[in-house]
Amino acid sequence: MAKFKNHILVCAGTGCRASEGEEIVQELKTAVSQNQLENEVQVVRTGCFGFCEKGPIVKMIPDNTFYTQVKTADAKEIVEEHIIKGRQVQRLLYENPEDATRISDSKHMNFYKKQIRIALRNCGFINPENINEYVARDGYTALGKVITEMTPEDCIDIIKQSGLRGRGGGGFPTGLKWEITNKVESAEKYVVCNADEGDPGAFMDRSILEGDPHSVLEAMAICGYCIEASVGLIYIRAEYPLAIQRLKIAIEQARDLGVIGDNIFGTEFSFDVEIRYGAGAFVCGEETSLIQSMEGLRGEPTVKPPFPSVKGYMGKPTNVNNVETFANVPVIINKGAAWFASIGTEKSKGTKVFALAGKINNVGLIEVPMGTTLREVIFDIGGGIKDGRKFKSVQTGGPSGGCLTEKHLDVPIDYDNLLESGSMMGSGGMIVMDEDDCMVSVAKFYLDFTVEESCGKCAPCRIGNKRLYEILDKITKGKAQFEDLDNLRNLANVIKDTSLCGLGQTSPNPVLSTMDNFPEEYLAHVHQGKCPAKQCKALKEYVINAETCVGCTLCSRVCPVNAITGDKKQPHLINAQLCIKCGACFAKCKFGAISIQ
Amino acid sequence: MTKIKLADSKVTELKQVCAKFDNQKNELINILHGAQELFGYLPAEVQEIIAQQLSVDVAHVYGVVTFYSFFSMSPKGEHPISVCMGTACYVRGAEKVLDEFKRILNVKIGETTPDGKFSVSSLRCVGACGLAPVVTVGSKVYGRVTIEEVQQIINEYQ
Amino acid sequence: MSQIKLTIDNKTVQVAQGTSIVDAAKQIGVNIPTLCHMKLEHVGYENKPGGCRICVVELEGRKNLAPACKTICTEGMQVSTHTLRVINARRTVMELILSDHPAECLTCVKSGKCDLQTRAQELGIREIPYQGEQSKYKEDKSPAIIRDMDKCIMCRRCEMMCKQVQTVGCLSAINRGFESVVAPAFEMDLEKSTCTYCGQCVAVCPTGALSEIDNTRKVIAALVNPNKTVIVQTAPAVRAALGEEFGLEPGTLVTGKMVSALKKIGFDKVFDTDFAADLTIMEEGTELLNRLQKHLAGDKNVKLPILTSCCPGWVNFFETNYPDMLDVPSTAKSPQQMFGAIAKTYLAEQMKLKREDLVVVSVMPCLAKKYESQRKEFQVNGNPDVDLSITTRELSQMIKGANLNFNELHNEEFDNPMGESTGAGVIFANTGGVIEAAVRTAYELHTQKTLEKVDFHELRGFEGIRSATVDFDGFPLKIGIAHGLGHARQLLNEVKAGTSTFHAIEIMACPGGCIGGAGQPYHHGDTNILKQRAAAIYREDAGKAIRKSHQNPFIIKLYDEFLGEPCGEKAHKLLHTHYFDKKPKVK
Repeated sequence: MAKFKNHILVCAGTGCRASEGEEIVQELKTAVSQNQLENEVQVVRTGCFGFCEKGPIVKMIPDNTFYTQVKTADAKEIVEEHIIKGRQVQRLLYENPEDATRISDSKHMNFYKKQIRIALRNCGFINPENINEYVARDGYTALGKVITEMTPEDCIDIIKQSGLRGRGGGGFPTGLKWEITNKVESAEKYVVCNADEGDPGAFMDRSILEGDPHSVLEAMAICGYCIEASVGLIYIRAEYPLAIQRLKIAIEQARDLGVIGDNIFGTEFSFDVEIRYGAGAFVCGEETSLIQSMEGLRGEPTVKPPFPSVKGYMGKPTNVNNVETFANVPVIINKGAAWFASIGTEKSKGTKVFALAGKINNVGLIEVPMGTTLREVIFDIGGGIKDGRKFKSVQTGGPSGGCLTEKHLDVPIDYDNLLESGSMMGSGGMIVMDEDDCMVSVAKFYLDFTVEESCGKCAPCRIGNKRLYEILDKITKGKAQFEDLDNLRNLANVIKDTSLCGLGQTSPNPVLSTMDNFPEEYLAHVHQGKCPAKQCKALKEYVINAETCVGCTLCSRVCPVNAITGDKKQPHLINAQLCIKCGACFAKCKFGAISIQ
Repeated sequence: MTKIKLADSKVTELKQVCAKFDNQKNELINILHGAQELFGYLPAEVQEIIAQQLSVDVAHVYGVVTFYSFFSMSPKGEHPISVCMGTACYVRGAEKVLDEFKRILNVKIGETTPDGKFSVSSLRCVGACGLAPVVTVGSKVYGRVTIEEVQQIINEYQ
Repeated sequence: MSQIKLTIDNKTVQVAQGTSIVDAAKQIGVNIPTLCHMKLEHVGYENKPGGCRICVVELEGRKNLAPACKTICTEGMQVSTHTLRVINARRTVMELILSDHPAECLTCVKSGKCDLQTRAQELGIREIPYQGEQSKYKEDKSPAIIRDMDKCIMCRRCEMMCKQVQTVGCLSAINRGFESVVAPAFEMDLEKSTCTYCGQCVAVCPTGALSEIDNTRKVIAALVNPNKTVIVQTAPAVRAALGEEFGLEPGTLVTGKMVSALKKIGFDKVFDTDFAADLTIMEEGTELLNRLQKHLAGDKNVKLPILTSCCPGWVNFFETNYPDMLDVPSTAKSPQQMFGAIAKTYLAEQMKLKREDLVVVSVMPCLAKKYESQRKEFQVNGNPDVDLSITTRELSQMIKGANLNFNELHNEEFDNPMGESTGAGVIFANTGGVIEAAVRTAYELHTQKTLEKVDFHELRGFEGIRSATVDFDGFPLKIGIAHGLGHARQLLNEVKAGTSTFHAIEIMACPGGCIGGAGQPYHHGDTNILKQRAAAIYREDAGKAIRKSHQNPFIIKLYDEFLGEPCGEKAHKLLHTHYFDKKPKVK
């Protein structure tokens, strides 16, 4: 980066690109060249900065000015004001919600203050399409160190001592996994990177691959050395075109540089990486399904044992880790196991990346030390609940996890605490819900997902989840009986107890956790036929209060099915027969004249 | 199932896709991706050719195609509309947006309008959770979509 | 092999390494219920996807329950097979399976023989608390097999049979989750798929999802029609298995009772397919000798090895998979069709009947025979040589329907002229039997010497692929045998590649041969039953006065009076066929 005086870093993650990120890059480049600054200013596409809520993000180097919600039209001003005249564009700076002051450096923002970025260390700092920028930030030094100075056992020891656990869900100790695979005798072994991030509402792995693909390649090579594998396979969702493209570029560049390929760093060790595509099956996040899928089969899980470490891809010992797990590895080698182990809680070391989303002010990708509380994440980093609503629940672990509540807010986040609270770490989705969210509907939403994603191989998951969904559906429609609640719980427990793979063994968690934490909501639906959050369509009705309605006609115009009638300046009326309960009128009414009953 | 005839040139291209992966059966999913890129979908004839090239049973290919939601056996609309139904989008009202698309276009999820213009599907998390709820039409992404905007989005393509 | 000690329900048990919990429990008399699991020892396959979860057990130190069929015993393991938790889990899972299964037991073809029904009864399921959507599929009726997939429980046994054992691969699991089911490609009808009708999917299906086309009503309709003369032929394998349907020990020969039952049911004549088997040997054996002699004379155009062609599932298989090798198999028709062809000519003439008025019914261990009897080339002016083919199971149904006390029936003899058979005809039922029968005749015809030792033990057994060399008076005749289409494929590929060294190959589609046919009483995975049936067949052979086909007096008479020479002009017209390219056409 040294050659240029100024760098303009533009987030080119999927989220920011969706809001004209690429156009902004083009406009910035045009502005740079119009002002003949090509030799002084470089416009760089980077990976995700994390602060998606305020995207697109543009960051100025060297002064670290952090512009938020930049539009294409702002490009010219940024170049002419910031670079040429040396004046920050005030209106693009982040506004501190507490006192409305402008903050220019991201490190002073609440969103970033409590974060420690290890897995995301390079995201937003480097151009992921240029290996030299990765190398400039100590890239591939860990690999060099491992293969020239260490035995596989030495390296495995470091990973073991660091306390790193799998970031994909179960939290199995990574070093131990490597050791097991290392000890199985076989001429052929494989390293697999699980990038089949399928949790709805989770995009940690994708962001890492988009923002820092080399950290994953480097770690896979290190793992290959440790378990004596020469082939690495990345199993990635086909729905991630940008991550795939950047991975392909990264693999090419790494081969050209000789950090993967034959005789790396002049040693005997050879290692190369191939990409395999997923095709839209959540269950393929389960490692045995993933292996089936890589072999060109239906992604149906197989019974463990045998574990992939013993019998995996093509029947050979295979070490499977997910993207985030790998992204931690080079740093651990470079900074040492003790450093890593000093971060986090007793049994969960290091940091965890979360995709923070839902009814929260600061949606984004965050990385916090293990042991951070949910309260810190939601209220400090996340900036609290949107629109001043009341916090109700936070869902962690995606479809495998549970809905935690107020009483869990001060629980330090780690694998064991989340499990104990009835949820799980999962891959790191964290969805915040407010008082308007119906917890029965949320459970139903997740079950709908599970029903769609169940592979169908085992009976409890194939049929049981369908029945769970049907009971929940009955509840949300006010048609359930008291005994349905007993059936729901028994069924949920048996599905957990008898399902073949991790998907089925955890799919009832959203049901069980909401039943445990929000029993009154279930009872209200079943007993009184009421949805306390006023979300369940069948249990609600939109009504116009004739006294407060001023007859502005806004509601009748916005109604998509013409269910609202009334003359101008006269109270309006909703035809309940026609009403599809979309809520458009409710949202539009400025006088609070429409209520839900 | 209507039988379609594939152009010879397309058949040759398809066989090249298979050959690119050495006609290896464990590359089936990569090959199906390639084939779907080529044809836009995976009609029976395409699956039969792949099965022949890879020396596997066509029932096996069909079993794989129907397992993965990314693969489709019917052509998508000229403007494929996808509503993200990831959790973040869901809690921010994606279901209502999806319902509105279905209502206006009078199609179910996975269906294409009779004129072939639009198809509606739901997908799980495009990863733009900051923009929830998110709708994509082709490669264009619409963020923070409200039900009122649904008609406007459709109008853009009519 | 090293031994492992574990406890099951607090009892210590010692097993060999690699033993599953289900098998270990059996050793101490603990029967863990299974459903999807099926071990087929005779074909060396075990279906255990671990999918039904009925066999779950509790393991000390394990969070969730473990599938006993799929979990391998480890040292010190503590297993509990009937705790409250286990029982509740099994019951709930069974309730779930039943909640997606039509409650049609009263009329279901599988009622009383259904593994699902049995397990549900054992678990004491009386109501199903989880009601909801049920899977609905279009019923698929092919000429031999009915698929009623509403009853499928996704045990995947059929898929394993079709894909791995038979390598036909016309069935695969499709879709996912609640929508998943086993089906041919594109959910096309079986008739349009590459199905060979071997029926092994039916033979292992635990429910009524897969069953045979039931022809019993049509048979009864013919029997009561005063204008029709109805005769029946019974295949050799039937007599060794029919008794099982009436509670007799597997391997009980019920030839005489079967003949008696058929007569009481009202068939005008009861004949034996074994007679036609002898006829087959005359034709196929002659064809073998002709080809062999030409080959020895240096004729390069002659195709060797010759492949047997008695098995209709096998014929379908090579027509679909090896259309470029249609001239390799023998052109001799199967015994069923030879019987039909002779019945509707020679016999009809003798009985002074028009062929339209003579109804030929066959009782077969086989589903493919139903299809074979409908093949166009086996019809004259639309009138089939064999009108109706029923299975051993369907026959037992007819016997029960006629209220006959089968076990008390007196033995009766087959009618003539098509009821007399030799031991060679009988052993057609077993894998290796056709070729053994052929050798007995071909040896004598080729060497002009008497064969003293007729039992060729080297050709018998249950190995999937076997080979033997028989000394033909100095000439070493190399014989290959395969049963199960997967094994057949292996031998066929050698023939195709030109590396096969055999002169003759016998192939039967079903594991074990016809005694393991898909129309036989269900074995429910107990493959010892097949061995007992095979032994019974060899007993019947050993008890026969004549054991070489060419010595059957009625066969000799048939050639003298009607056919002329084996493989002669008339024989060729009536007893030989040709094959068709049935490979699906793909660009």
